[in-house]
Parts: sequence; C-alpha cells; structure tokens
Amino acid sequence: MLAYDFMRTAFVASGVVAILSGLVGYFLVLRNQTFAGHALAHVGFTGATGAILVGIAPLWGLVGFTLAAGLAMGALGEKLSARDVAIGMTLSLALGFGLLFLHFYTAFATQATALLFGNVLGVDREALWSLVTLSLLSLAVLAVVSRPLLFASLQPELAEARGVPVRLVSVAFLGIVAVAVSESSQIVGVLLVFTLMVGPAAAARNLSPRFGVGVALSAALALGEAWGGVTLAWFTDWPVSFWITALSATVYGFSFAPYGLGVLKARARRAGGGLSAAP
Amino acid sequence: MSLVSFEGVTLELGGRTILSDVGFDIEPGEFVGLLGPNGAGKTTLLRAILGLVRPRAGRILVDGRDAARGQRAVGYMPQVRGSADLRWTGWDFVASAAGGHRWGLPRLDAAGKAEVAWALDTVGATALARRPLGELSGGERQRLLLSQALLGRPRLLLLDEPLISLDPAHQRGVVELVARLGRELGLGVLFSAHELNPLMGAIDRVLYVGRGRAVLGTVDAVITGPVLSRLYGSPIEVVRTGRRIFVMAGDTEVEGEAHRHDHHGHAEHHHAGL
Repeated sequence: MLAYDFMRTAFVASGVVAILSGLVGYFLVLRNQTFAGHALAHVGFTGATGAILVGIAPLWGLVGFTLAAGLAMGALGEKLSARDVAIGMTLSLALGFGLLFLHFYTAFATQATALLFGNVLGVDREALWSLVTLSLLSLAVLAVVSRPLLFASLQPELAEARGVPVRLVSVAFLGIVAVAVSESSQIVGVLLVFTLMVGPAAAARNLSPRFGVGVALSAALALGEAWGGVTLAWFTDWPVSFWITALSATVYGFSFAPYGLGVLKARARRAGGGLSAAP
Repeated sequence: MSLVSFEGVTLELGGRTILSDVGFDIEPGEFVGLLGPNGAGKTTLLRAILGLVRPRAGRILVDGRDAARGQRAVGYMPQVRGSADLRWTGWDFVASAAGGHRWGLPRLDAAGKAEVAWALDTVGATALARRPLGELSGGERQRLLLSQALLGRPRLLLLDEPLISLDPAHQRGVVELVARLGRELGLGVLFSAHELNPLMGAIDRVLYVGRGRAVLGTVDAVITGPVLSRLYGSPIEVVRTGRRIFVMAGDTEVEGEAHRHDHHGHAEHHHAGL
C-alpha cells in the first residue's frame, strides 16, 4: 500500500494533522472549549467554499476564515459564552453562505462531500507542504504559550493575579485551534473535526490523571486512529473518515474501562470491609 | 514599614463605589479577618491589593511598592476556583501554578519541583497530592489551593472565602492551618469570610467593610453596635454568648443569613469542579 504516492502522502498528511489535533485538542477539552472547535469548523466551510469560488486552494480559505473567527472569539472572551443562540445563528448563516458559494460553483457534489467529510487521499504535494508548515508554526506557538495556557486554564483568577496575560494567551490559543481545525477539515472534513480534535483528547483524559502523560497519549491516540483509518480504508475500500470516526469512538468508549474498573474495585473493597467489620 | 497600606483609597466597580477615601495599614505577620455584608466589596478589595482593580483615587502600597499584577510578595487564593479536571492528581494541579506565568513548555526543573514539594509539605498535603482531585474532600482541596498560594514564598496571603461550603470541623481545620502558616512563615494574612465566629481566637485584628467604609481594629473595638450600625447603615446589635459573637439586625442574625447564599457579583463565573 505504501508503493503508491497518494498513500504515502495520505499517511504523512494524516499523521502530521493528527499529532497537531491531539495536542491542541487536549487543551481544548481541558478548557471546556470543544464547542469552539465545532464552531470554527462551520465558519471554515464558508471560507473553503469561498476560496474555491474565487479559485484559490480551499485550505487557505479555511485557514483565513477560522483564524479570523478564532481570534475574534478569543478577543470577545467570556462575553460570547452566554450567547449560544447568537453563536448558533451565526454558524448557521456561515454554513448557508457556504452552500450558496457551492451553488455558484459547478462541481457541487464532489467538492461539498470532500469539504464536509474530508478527503485525505486527495491531498497533493503542494497541500501536504502547506499542512506541514502550518503544523510546525502552530506547534511552535503552542510550545511558547503552553505553560501560561495550562495555568490560566486551571486557575484563571490566580493566573491573572500572577501577571499572566490571560486574554492574550486565550487569543493565541484560539488562533492555534483555528489552524488545527482547518487542517483537520482537510483530513476528516468540517463535520467530523470533533473526531480528531476531541475524541483522542477526551479518551486520554480518561486514561491518565497526569498532565504530561495525558498530552502525549492524546497525540499518540490521534495518530493511531488516523493511520488506522487510512490503513483500514485501503483494505476495505470504505471511506477513511468513516474508519477514523469509528476508531475514535471505539477508543473513547474503551477509555472509560479503567474508571469503571476503579469503581468496581472500590465497591468490592467497601463490601469486603463491611464483611470483615461484621462480628 | 507596613505590609499593606491604603492611603485615601477610593475603589469603584461597574460605576458603583465600593470604598470611598479609605485608609488603613496591615502589619507584617498579622492575621486579619476581612468581613462585611454581601456585596460590600471584600473580593474587590483583595483584587485591588493584587493590582487587578485600579483605585479611582489614593494609593495602595504592598510591601512598600505600588500594588501591581504579578507581585512575588503576594500569594492569592481566589474564590472562583477555575475548572480543574477532577481526574488530575493534586500534584499536577498545584504544579501548574509554579512558574506558570513564564512562557514555554509546562515542565518543572528540579528547583521548581522542590518548591512544589515544599509548598505541599508545609500544608501537610504531600500524601493528598498523589490522589486525583475528585477523590478529595472540600477541606482537602482547600489545603491544595493553600499550598498553591504559598508558591513563590509570599510575605502576604490573600484568601478569598476559604471557608465557603465547608462544614464547621473543616472550617476550624483551615483556620488553624492558616494561623500556623502565618506564625511559622511570618506571613501577613488577609482572610475574607462571611462569619466571624470560625475566625475567633485565630485573628489578630478584623477589617470590616460596608457602605464604602472600612474599619480595621481588634474584634473588641470593631465588632460593636455603634461601629457596625455605621457600616451596615441600619441599627445593629452585637450579642455575645461565651466565646461566640452574633451580629443581629433586629431579630435576624445578619452574618448567618449571608452565609447561606453566595452572591459576590461573581456568582455567574462559578464553574463546576474545584
């Protein structure tokens, strides 16, 4: 399967994007901002379709629109969190415009499917380089802000008092999220961004109580799910995105097992304790 | 030199005057209880000392310098506890604050780890820190938060309502722990609370705020009918039974009432979790 150029490209592209998504997703889940990831993907759809209409690569439309939206969300901060109806309307409008742009573009169906559900096998050399460059940039920014970001995520008030520029950190993070969402859209599509950005991170949080382990695990799970998806698609001829969502959901489901075992053990211990305490 | 000085300070929040031309001095090593009616501005006063709220007029000096964000001399335990993942270990939670204001990857060097270990040991939470936050009681989590406030070896601790939602036994435990830390580390402490009684016997003085004013003095000097009537703006009677003090407005105990509902202008920020 690796004899084909498009398969090698698919492995590299999905791998790079998965690692970025896994790392960014961990903070996204930690900050309870998974909805932001979802919202940015919707906005990205408009950007991508608009880009196709004017004749540039959809990735740049995605990045441009999600980045602008992400930075705006970060700048507005808590003012947004209480306005889910307004956000919902804006997102619907964004998708509506995306639909309109597609309507003007003739090759409607294939483009729409690729944008909504992803098409990693269609990634070309040029797009691959864009993905890799953007990933490295995002990871570099994440590396710089990760320490104050972690602090501000756990203890916003204390972080502010200690001199962390909380607003700046929050804006920078949503900028990174925007890029990660755009990249994930290239692999699994705007509708399934959750599967790469939130699934592995949520599972990693279930599996490890340590921060460092959790972050590494999140990236590893995302990578495993992405590569697993590409491999299974090769053997079954079913869509890659389907397999990634299936693996992501399966891993997330099994990630509750250790917690469930813990509860059972605690229950057994309590029952045992009760017996030995009896006369 | 005083640890905290308010010189003719006027504080405003959202167009409302919280303090008007207020002056007082807190000395190093002193344990001060911060009390006052709901919405009187206890949290705002603490945030002003942290440099998060700028005074409209006057000066706030902390350790001889103008109050500003990021002061090493001040340790802070906010009332809003963030939204920590309850599956995390206490260690990771406390460690996130160690050097958390610096850019870069969240990794601790040996000195940073030693600092976290010291802070945990000082509050007797070394064993607790190995367990996930979700398994800890409210009082145990307060101890972790307290150790977090000690990081950076401050000279002043600002504690915003550490007793909230704790039962009386745990309240006593937290007050005794703070008093011990103050003595052993020579810390000045400003400890806000809804009720005076859990603090009795531990505090040196009390700072009572209300209706734009603030009075700092011993319990005997401040917790009196005339002083509190002025701060509440209505007739207040102080009833003492043994070691307990009840602040009454008519037939109602005002502090006890205040304890049951918690609105500080911050209520909408309350997260699940810690």
